[in-house]
Amino acid sequence: MNALRRNVLKGAAGAGTVAVAVAAGLLKPTQALAGVPRSAFEAKSVGDALKNMGASGPIDSKDITIKAPDIAENGAVVPVEVTSGIAGTSAIAIMAEKNATPLVADFSLKGGAEGYISTRIKMGQTSLVRAVVTAGGKTYTAAKEVKVTIGGCGG
Amino acid sequence: MAEPMRIRATMAGDVADVKVLMNHPMETGLRKDAKTGQLVPAHYITDVTATVNGASVLEAGLSGGISKNPYLGFKVKGPKAGDKVVVNWTDNKGDKNSAEATIG
Repeated sequence: MNALRRNVLKGAAGAGTVAVAVAAGLLKPTQALAGVPRSAFEAKSVGDALKNMGASGPIDSKDITIKAPDIAENGAVVPVEVTSGIAGTSAIAIMAEKNATPLVADFSLKGGAEGYISTRIKMGQTSLVRAVVTAGGKTYTAAKEVKVTIGGCGG
Repeated sequence: MAEPMRIRATMAGDVADVKVLMNHPMETGLRKDAKTGQLVPAHYITDVTATVNGASVLEAGLSGGISKNPYLGFKVKGPKAGDKVVVNWTDNKGDKNSAEATIG
């Protein structure tokens, strides 16, 4: 974590500060603050999202555990817990495959962070919840189906 | 604008278990207002960073696909009780918030 980045984050002007930093070429626009380019979050399909993340062709892995309900009554709040047993896990991304934009979140793990993330996501309809794990430059994936009774992405 | 954020960090063996609850509407921009029929503008957290004693442990990119009032749990190996956890977030409108907690 360099000092510049701290200053950017602390900057009172918020997005303005980031924009200035981007304009000045201090930060790469595609990865202003996180590991995955924002374009991956706008991708409308799992394949495009993976491509924009630079993670095409992930390997299926049994060392990734996804803890999520089999049936979620309320798609607006679906608890998802991802544990990666793969050594050197550096990033975990979570996707809800049939959401309008499948990539929900991406977590870059640093320092002593363990291969574990717990959060709550929205799901528009029944679909696979996919975890994409980056470890040692390779990408691994696992998926679990969650049935959604009431979708949480519409009105 | 920024509502308080809650962080709880506890040691379990040599691993710190950090739980963060952020206050945010997390609008996707795809939802319609029931009364007006107009789309509710997108308003969601895009970036979350966490540090332990000033060292980065987590950098997250979020989307509107995260539930309202986001919950985030992660585990960090190494810190000791009394170490400081700081969590920052920034949303797509440039709002930001920061909170800190002591690992107990």
